[in-house]
Amino acid sequence: MTSLLPYIGPKLLRAALSIIVVVTLTFFVLRASGDPALQILGPGARAPDLAAFRQQWGLDQPLYVQYLRYLWGALQGDFGNSMLAGKPAAELVLERMPLTLALMLPALALNVLIGIPVGAYAAMHRDSWIDRSVMMLTVLCFTVPSFVLGLLFILIFSVTFGLFPSGGADKWQSFVLPVLTLGTGGAAVIARFTRSAMIEVLSQLYIVAASAKGVTWRQVIYHHAFPNAIIPILTLLGLMLGGQVAGAVLVENVFGWPGIGQLLVISVGNRDLAVVQVILLLVALTMTSANLTMDLLYGVVDPRLRNARQGSH
Amino acid sequence: MQKKLQIDLSTLLASLWLCLMLLTAVTAPLIAPHDITAMDLRHRLSPPFGFGGTVVHLFGSDDLGRDVASRLYYSIRTSLLIAFGATVISVLVGTAIGFIAAYFKGIVEHFLLLLIDVQASLPFLIVALAMLAFFGNSLPLFVALMGLYGWERNARLARGLALAAGSQGYAGATRQLGAHPLRIYLRHILPNSAATLLVAATVTFPEIILVESGLSFLGLGVQPPMTSLGVMVGTGREYITRAPWMLLAPSIVIVLTAVAVSVLGDYLRDKLDPTLT
Amino acid sequence: MTLLQLEKVSRRYPIGNTVFGSRKSLTAVDQVSLEVKKGQTTGVVGESGCGKSTTGRLALGLEQADSGHVLFEGKELAASGTREWRLRRQRMQLVYQDTLAALDRRMTVGDLIAEPLVIHEIGDRPSRRQRVLDLLQAVGLGEHHRALYPHQLSGGQRQRVVLARALAPSPSLLVCDEPVSALDVSVQAQIVNLLVDLQQDLGLGILFISHDLRVVRHVSDRIVVMYLGQVVEDGRADAVIDQPLHPYTQALVSAMPRLPGGFDHYLPLPGEPPSPTERPSGCPFHPRCDRAKDICRQTPPELLTLGPERRVACHLVSNP
Ligand code: SF4
Repeated sequence: MTSLLPYIGPKLLRAALSIIVVVTLTFFVLRASGDPALQILGPGARAPDLAAFRQQWGLDQPLYVQYLRYLWGALQGDFGNSMLAGKPAAELVLERMPLTLALMLPALALNVLIGIPVGAYAAMHRDSWIDRSVMMLTVLCFTVPSFVLGLLFILIFSVTFGLFPSGGADKWQSFVLPVLTLGTGGAAVIARFTRSAMIEVLSQLYIVAASAKGVTWRQVIYHHAFPNAIIPILTLLGLMLGGQVAGAVLVENVFGWPGIGQLLVISVGNRDLAVVQVILLLVALTMTSANLTMDLLYGVVDPRLRNARQGSH
Repeated sequence: MQKKLQIDLSTLLASLWLCLMLLTAVTAPLIAPHDITAMDLRHRLSPPFGFGGTVVHLFGSDDLGRDVASRLYYSIRTSLLIAFGATVISVLVGTAIGFIAAYFKGIVEHFLLLLIDVQASLPFLIVALAMLAFFGNSLPLFVALMGLYGWERNARLARGLALAAGSQGYAGATRQLGAHPLRIYLRHILPNSAATLLVAATVTFPEIILVESGLSFLGLGVQPPMTSLGVMVGTGREYITRAPWMLLAPSIVIVLTAVAVSVLGDYLRDKLDPTLT
Repeated sequence: MTLLQLEKVSRRYPIGNTVFGSRKSLTAVDQVSLEVKKGQTTGVVGESGCGKSTTGRLALGLEQADSGHVLFEGKELAASGTREWRLRRQRMQLVYQDTLAALDRRMTVGDLIAEPLVIHEIGDRPSRRQRVLDLLQAVGLGEHHRALYPHQLSGGQRQRVVLARALAPSPSLLVCDEPVSALDVSVQAQIVNLLVDLQQDLGLGILFISHDLRVVRHVSDRIVVMYLGQVVEDGRADAVIDQPLHPYTQALVSAMPRLPGGFDHYLPLPGEPPSPTERPSGCPFHPRCDRAKDICRQTPPELLTLGPERRVACHLVSNP
């Protein structure tokens, strides 16, 4: 058996490097964007105060010392304080994490629970009118930007019919529209992908099924077509994560959802850099670990691939 | 041969819509009946013509009595202009980085590839927001920032093209003649890659429109008194109950543009360059 | 007078993953020595994968040798890509096999031929124009070809353009890498004859690389036979063709169709040429040699100098 390490090793290294690049870039961009002492104390600050501030925060040290300190702090979860809230930035972000997850995880579930059945159904009824209209609908769903979609939902379901609230996060009803908005685009992408993946698998399996007696069509689909299509779908989910994160930022703002996305926009507006930086790092971490997981999954499931990739470089 | 001429209905409609957008953007000053900041206090929140509004404000007016139609035309103009500038930047930056990576190889290439990876692994919207936080917002800066959109894709593409032209083909032959690398890249590889890079640009362009409208919607992109589609959606949302047309007019434009672009993008990818991802 | 001299030149390529994997390497060119004299042609012949093309690229300095020396006009070649190296290109030029790939399809024939003049800042606009016309004529093309694009030409015409382009900066050395293999047999003869004529007119030294001994024999003064990156035999062209000493050369010669004075019986070459990654022990040719002895399987034969211009690497000759 081939060891997984030579396959995953370089990817792990790459992921770690990516994170380091993000951290480093943030640090330098942060420093380049202006004198933190001036930013925090304001342009009217007196020179002795500025000097004292710089000394207190180590800003008078050489840049590399500051960088190392920054790294050391980051490792311990210290990203500085939010200027606005006067609290540690990391704390502020983590506080809001549950609400954002409460939005993203159901949306993810929606992606899969709607996308796969719809796509599979369309594949099995290929070229029927249902297939055609569903596919047309999916184009609409994944191309429309989430903030427009969200507002249209509000217009239809809240303003016109008064079915769901248009904002807030207090009742279960509040979840419906944001989750729907966030989940629709992904579901459409997955539906389209599932359809084409299934069609490909089905076209290969047709002969097998026809020749193997006693095997029903249904069994073929459940035992062969689905398992074969599921891995590419998982990969796709990994690839879609970036879009979901960006979508969450917009959706949270459309619905006034007090999650990380809203915090990000507020912090950007106020140039609350410490908070922005924590969120940036959080997203980077999430994305790289998601990618890594997908790679790992692929390597475990498909040893051929792992050898092929190794050899090709 | 015959296949190439076949354009299905949806592609035709998509191109027509995009042409209309282009035309609107170009002629906005001519066709807009009002100044975008002109307030008509007698007709505030007036609904569109045919829904109880006047012909004076075809698509209605907003909270300050400004003409929605005029604002819409100018928004399209702004959005398209920004996207155009940004696309040019994105393709130029991407191509330069891709070529540099292909030329220098070794550690430089690895570093650039790492940067490309990092960018590809971060949602652009997040990166853009962070940059806005770090550097503040002004129109030139905003266009430059939008120009970062898709650079990693263009860089990958350009690097691939340069490598393909590389040692075996005409590039290697010209190098062998004793040409300076700059000459090889600018006079040979660039003209030969132009077609493919242009196709990539047609994909980047509309995507930038959407990112821009998203940021402007959040109030972090185009700043008043300028207006863009996103800005209009952003203000429209405040009056969603009383004046839904303020929201609907720009939204419909965004939706139709998005769909048209996706239809046309598929078509271009199929016909022009199947290798483009 | 010696124009180009390769002295025990070797080129290895790393294979496998260089970051985490082992650093294995394959030897594409192994201790190759050869020379090209002014106004003469040295032919290099061998099957694909024998390292003959790499040898050509090493001779031009397009690749850097891992060991050994490449002397051109008595001087060691400068490192690839440097200004000095670029200037040197005027004197040494490459003629390609794949002419469609080697010519930028967006440039006209005239611009393509003028490009080396522009690069090396030779002459002004009118004189370049005249030079292009002269060159077109020299390679048997006419003025009307000047405005055409490469894809509008036939393979033979394109090869003429490549030749004109190579000749433009007045080089003293041409390396021709399979210059006619992609062409029809009738066109091959035309191009080969053109090359011979040009050589006589211009006093060019040519390194002519081909898998086709027939063509090589026609143009060459000296022939170098390569197998798996090594020179197995070389000598004056007629000597190598009339009295091949190495079993591999003998097989190549016997495979030449309708050669007057050739071997009566055809010596078949069994098997495919081995890949350089799996180099056999002892004599590299032994798995395919019908006269292999025990010693052949263990000890590689030395390249033995038999006369002033004759070398061979075979135990049949060194330990008969
Ligand atoms: S050394 Fe031996 S194996 Fe090699 S060619 Fe001569 S006889 Fe054949």
